Amino acid sequence: MTLRVAIEGVSFWASRLPGWDVARAVMRGEQAPPETPSARPSPTLLAPTERRRAPDTVAVALEVAARACEASGRKPSDLPSVFASTHGDVAISDYMCSTLATTPTLISPIKFHNSVHNAAAGYWSIGTGSLAPYTAISAYEYTFGEGLLEAATQAVCEQRPVLYVAFDIESKGALSTMARSRGLLGAAVVLAPANQSQQQRGLILTTESVAECHPTPARSAAASLVAENALAPCLPFFEVLASSSPRTLCLALSRQMALNVQVN
Amino acid sequence: MQSRPLRITAYTLCSAVGDGRAATLAALRERRSGLSANDFGPSPIATWIGRVAGLEAQPLPAEFAHWDCRNNRLAWRGLATDGFIEAAREARDRYGANRVAVVMGTSTSSIGASEEAYTRLDPDGQYPADLRRPIVHTPHSLGDFVQHALGLTGLSVTVATACSSSGKVFAQAERLIRTGLADAAIVGGVDSLCGSVLFGFNSLELVSPEPCRPFDVERRGINLGEAAGFALLEKQAPSGAWLLGYGESNDAHHMSTPHPEGLGARLALNDALKRAELRPEDIDYINLHGTASQKNDEVEAKLVADLFPTTTCASSTKGWTGHTLGAAGIVEAAISLLALEQQLLPGTLNLRAPDPACGPQIQRDNVQREARHALSFSFGFGGSNCVLVFGRDR
Repeated sequence: MTLRVAIEGVSFWASRLPGWDVARAVMRGEQAPPETPSARPSPTLLAPTERRRAPDTVAVALEVAARACEASGRKPSDLPSVFASTHGDVAISDYMCSTLATTPTLISPIKFHNSVHNAAAGYWSIGTGSLAPYTAISAYEYTFGEGLLEAATQAVCEQRPVLYVAFDIESKGALSTMARSRGLLGAAVVLAPANQSQQQRGLILTTESVAECHPTPARSAAASLVAENALAPCLPFFEVLASSSPRTLCLALSRQMALNVQVN
Repeated sequence: MQSRPLRITAYTLCSAVGDGRAATLAALRERRSGLSANDFGPSPIATWIGRVAGLEAQPLPAEFAHWDCRNNRLAWRGLATDGFIEAAREARDRYGANRVAVVMGTSTSSIGASEEAYTRLDPDGQYPADLRRPIVHTPHSLGDFVQHALGLTGLSVTVATACSSSGKVFAQAERLIRTGLADAAIVGGVDSLCGSVLFGFNSLELVSPEPCRPFDVERRGINLGEAAGFALLEKQAPSGAWLLGYGESNDAHHMSTPHPEGLGARLALNDALKRAELRPEDIDYINLHGTASQKNDEVEAKLVADLFPTTTCASSTKGWTGHTLGAAGIVEAAISLLALEQQLLPGTLNLRAPDPACGPQIQRDNVQREARHALSFSFGFGGSNCVLVFGRDR
């Protein structure tokens, strides 16, 4: 089975690749990454009082989600969404585990409801007023590829554009030795059914065995800046999008299966 | 591409009421609750829980020791029940290990293992040696374990949208099968008791100090439970109940409170009925989300009273199992399938005086009657809603 979808909007955020324009230029080798890391993006969709206390997951996910929608020209509230994160909010997990080990009855109710894997998706839907379904998934080292496949599958099955958002944050405390991830990294694309889009740029997705489609390594100067983030496997995909010529890459989906991605 | 009905060729569940379909059915018939006074952890809060007995003394088989933790033990208990492993392996042999997808739902996965590690950190703050296994400290612990336990090698995803998780797995699996990315799918969900949910829901003042009483005017909140459930979905098979449709939506309202008019829930219901090509009057039974929280039950009762005829029977089975969170979708899907198979529509345990919002649809007592179509509602934190439609084998 082949899935064909158009790419209508792209966004990317890491502290030294703050935004798709900078990230794309660095990936194309046209400019050096900024020396100074950028501050965490502010989730302007949220009420001012909520912005400061929003978890990192929500801040980075909402930033890339909003920018991808802007780039696509689509109204956020019209789009179903797929939110993918390897470890979810590992900083809150560290807080929950530490507090439970010492003073369990003092668990913060806000931290608890922000600990769910779908917190970023929930805040996005509240902030945009979107009643369209969202999902929140994880697939360990295959998270980015599985999420991309789910978003493309939804676009094709339901014949409507879909927002795909992937993110991982810096893990904290003892948990950081198990759920390894450094820095903030978020990336998003709006995918649309190929027959419904004005966009020429699109993806042709097929599944193959890993033997036939060996996962593509990251090659650009951006790679070392995000290598320690759990979502680093997304980088080869964005390197291909950064290039203006047609390219093909492979993203791992499991130990034996890969996603062949042709970008025209 | 329209969604297509799928056959459910095997299914199972394990909860506080027992292991497997027969034990669950007996508990439903006998109106025997699995709830007990909370004894989980060193300083239990005053509430009731749906605890699965014996998990502490049942480590995973040596070949799966890498994944050992309470949540995966419960997953294994489920897989080993009602011949589910055999059915899944038979599907693997028939379709190929790459062609059977795994789509699992959970809310907290094996966070209990991380919680335990934090109580036994070594003097320099590191994990104890026996828990230095990264896979049990990440949400995909469940999906990864189930895939390995069944010897599968294709797509494997963990859906974590709080209490709608293992309802939404049916939708995702249907799409994978519809597009030809898989020929069959193992769907399901597992959530196990842990400090995060007990103390977390306690901090939100949502847990009841007594056995939960869904839809009762004097209900005082939820009881947390743990459970595992699985189903095998196939495009074609000579027999088996049907997944006729599903609907997904969200409320866009609040992180931990449902929309007051059930706006998202209504959208999910409409979507589900449309896919199944059914009308409300075609629905014989609804397994409601019915958590016994003030808000959920009020909103859900209104929705059912507004939209369904009096011939539809609706109930919450959380008085038997407790609220099993990310496993609630699959547990209640399995109970709905049992209801259709046995023509036994369970009532609502612990319901004495119905909330004034309840219509005549909401049943206290079990009903034995002909039933062809059932719905299962799952609504979660972050406003995520899922409605499933099942049809009797025909």
